Amino acid sequence: MIVSRRERWLGHALLILLMAVTVVPFVSLFVTALHQPGTYPSGLAWPETPYWSNFVDAFQAADMWALLWSSFLIELGVVPAALLIATLAGFSLGHLRPPGHRWIFLGFVLGLTLPFQAIIVPLYYQMRDLQLLNTRWAIILPLLGLYMPFAVMWMRAHFVTMPPDLSEAARIDGANTWNLFTRVHVPLSRPALSSLGILMFLWTWNQFLLAVVLVDDPKNRTMAGALGAFQGQWGTDIPLLCAGSLLILTPTLIVFLAFQRQFVSALMQGALKG
Amino acid sequence: MNATRTTAAPGRREVVATASTSLEARRRALKARRLRRGWAALGLVVPAAFFYVVFVLRPLALTVQYSLYDWNGVGASTFVGVDNYTRLVEQPELLGSTVNALELIIYFSFVPVILGLLTAATIRKFAASRLALAARTVLFLPQVIPLVAAGIMWTWLLATDGLVNELMRMLGLGSVTRAWLGDTSTALGAVGVIGAWVALGLCLLLLLSGMTKIDPALYEAARIDGAGAVREFFAITLPSVRQEIGVCVTVTVIAALAAFDIVYISTQGGPANSTLVPGLEIYYLGFFSREVGQASALAVVFMVLVLAVVLPIQRLTKEED
Repeated sequence: MIVSRRERWLGHALLILLMAVTVVPFVSLFVTALHQPGTYPSGLAWPETPYWSNFVDAFQAADMWALLWSSFLIELGVVPAALLIATLAGFSLGHLRPPGHRWIFLGFVLGLTLPFQAIIVPLYYQMRDLQLLNTRWAIILPLLGLYMPFAVMWMRAHFVTMPPDLSEAARIDGANTWNLFTRVHVPLSRPALSSLGILMFLWTWNQFLLAVVLVDDPKNRTMAGALGAFQGQWGTDIPLLCAGSLLILTPTLIVFLAFQRQFVSALMQGALKG
Repeated sequence: MNATRTTAAPGRREVVATASTSLEARRRALKARRLRRGWAALGLVVPAAFFYVVFVLRPLALTVQYSLYDWNGVGASTFVGVDNYTRLVEQPELLGSTVNALELIIYFSFVPVILGLLTAATIRKFAASRLALAARTVLFLPQVIPLVAAGIMWTWLLATDGLVNELMRMLGLGSVTRAWLGDTSTALGAVGVIGAWVALGLCLLLLLSGMTKIDPALYEAARIDGAGAVREFFAITLPSVRQEIGVCVTVTVIAALAAFDIVYISTQGGPANSTLVPGLEIYYLGFFSREVGQASALAVVFMVLVLAVVLPIQRLTKEED
């Protein structure tokens, strides 16, 4: 395509400007994290002596290994289980289509725009009655429910596109519903599953409200929830707070850079389907 | 069918009878199998439905129930009818939180979508260039980190001695510098800037991917007809990415109305409730003032508000499908 010089120049300038606006806050956070603890540094000034030890201090002060372990356990409780039950439901509603499948699906779709705050109060009392407050289950179990509208819709959208002939052929070969599911459809769903898995991993890691309300101890929370507690504790020591924030957001950046391509397409598709 | 056949050939009654019973039996077996499969298929939905019903629908029903009671979460509750709802209207602070949420839509939604549209339309022609591909990675960063981290980052940037004020002083705008999040006249806008920063990358890239699907021949035809860049934008680009615009608006409007993490971290709703939003107010009412009924009534109104804003957008953009 022919692009005039002026257009090309303008476009490049715009992109570079937007990238700068995106990156500068990260840089500012990093530079601030290198200042002497307890000081109130200004702007983007590079410190005379960078205090790299801030990262070590923040790591220890926040008990970062415990936080990472907690987030890992919550991810382990949420993502595989959510993928499994959403896939079963999506397979049934999108491919087998039992009587009433439309109504059931409509029921799930109802929850699609529901903000978490709308049900957080009863959820608190429900968790209290189940004696799960302040445990990781208080985050894991509600998230499994809260992810279902999106996850079921996502998997159903995948299974709707699977040709019925495929299943009929497998049935003629003697497969029952379970064989059909595990041998034929799950292997074919790998791309849809990995995208959904990445999205749910990210949402769980960043989940804040449930962690803050239902779990008091930061060491039983998600990473984002723990970061909230960290701010309350270190809010006055700006360099240490910045160092701690960087430590907590780094894992998401690493996962993002490692799975970059899947990440971007999952987020875009996620937005399109939601 | 069977009946006509039996009367037409009485001599073969027996044969037909057995054939029809076996046919009947086979049909019944088939029906039974289909029914069994139907039940088995429904069984597969049960785990997902269980979690959804227990941890979403049940609390949802309880929210509505609580909203009709006066309850502090511990003692006995008393039925008060719609009192909690009438108090919502009477208390300016509660109504104000809803107005704030609506105002946040401008920052969280309109700004990223319009800026995204203009930028995407400008760089559409070299969307496959190396710079555009690098931008794909960089502009997604705010989407990936926790909103809490974005809040902490920007609280620092917008502080009295933060980068934003430093830059302004450098540009000779020292007189307008202030603690952006601590001033009642600028706090909501400052929170909005954080939301816009988070949403811009997603909007830009979604719109861009929509624009790359447009047939270049359309643009060539428009150029031949003498259309300029502006005409091109309104006649071709904008209508072609209608669906993507709808998606961007829906996602960002929900994020604006349901704002919690960013506000909680950066202002806690202050100063003087100038950044209070319903999501945060539900949290305060439910867990600090222990006014469970009042919190639930606000939650019900909040849900209705979200639906009232989001459903029309959905309808508008789904029209052409």
